[in-house]
Amino acid sequence: MRELALHLLDIAHNSVSAGARNITITIIEDSQVDRLSMTVEDDGVGMDALTLQRVTDPFVTSRTTRSVGLGIPLLKAAAEACNGDLTIQSKPGVGTRIDVVFQRSHIDRMPLGNLAETILTLVVGCPEIHWVFRYQVDGETFEFDDAPIKEELKDIPLTEPAIIAYLRETLEKGVARVQQAGQS
Amino acid sequence: MDKVKSLEDLKRLREEALEKRRVKTASGEVQIVVGMGTVGIAAGARETLKAILDYIEKENLSGIVVRQTGNIGLDSFEPIVQVIKGDQPKVTYGRVHPDAARRIMKEHVVGGQIVKDYVIES
Repeated sequence: MRELALHLLDIAHNSVSAGARNITITIIEDSQVDRLSMTVEDDGVGMDALTLQRVTDPFVTSRTTRSVGLGIPLLKAAAEACNGDLTIQSKPGVGTRIDVVFQRSHIDRMPLGNLAETILTLVVGCPEIHWVFRYQVDGETFEFDDAPIKEELKDIPLTEPAIIAYLRETLEKGVARVQQAGQS
Repeated sequence: MDKVKSLEDLKRLREEALEKRRVKTASGEVQIVVGMGTVGIAAGARETLKAILDYIEKENLSGIVVRQTGNIGLDSFEPIVQVIKGDQPKVTYGRVHPDAARRIMKEHVVGGQIVKDYVIES
């Protein structure tokens, strides 16, 4: 995977598989401290200490732990190669929080990629989950919470053409606004 | 349909969609499922889903539910897309890249003809 947004899609899916009802994604870029961080927090089933240990270890994670797979070890390796890290905190019955940090200016850091498309994919494809997405670049913030939209729509699927268009435009504009502010 | 710009607009849109549904309930709902496990994503499943959403938007197709699921268990065929029309049996397509996705939308979802070139089981 060549973009962080695709990795994000992958790790967010672990939260979906964990039976989460609420998933919050936070991405913060800070040029002052030269960091880029991605956080995914869920209220899914959580993991015990032994499972937690396995998830980040590529040599222990095998095909038998199919629900986790290679996604996390690969992302962890990518973060570590950029003076960063990947950490997971989890409690059975409470939920899981995964933090990935990169040195933002590191030459090997993957591009962020299409963040709006990743969020749109998650919101439309997993409508039973309450999604919150926060994106911040040097203090400028975009926040997207799908709860008010779903409340308005009730039983109408998010895949109605006009709603797809609305969601895409909201996400693309929000992401672009924050990125432009970060450049100036 | 006018462009949706605010939550107020969504309310209006909901009513329009309900109206439309009342008209076409007989034809049954269409469900499209895209496999989004690690392998699927690495194989390009996000672009496949994007192509499907773009098609729905462009052709203004109402009453289609698009869902995603984890690993379907057919790694070498990723990206995988399943189409379920009404009470017809589920059709599973493999190696569905955006061009194939648009073809499936046009020929199967809209036209009712299964696209045999990409079927892995049906």
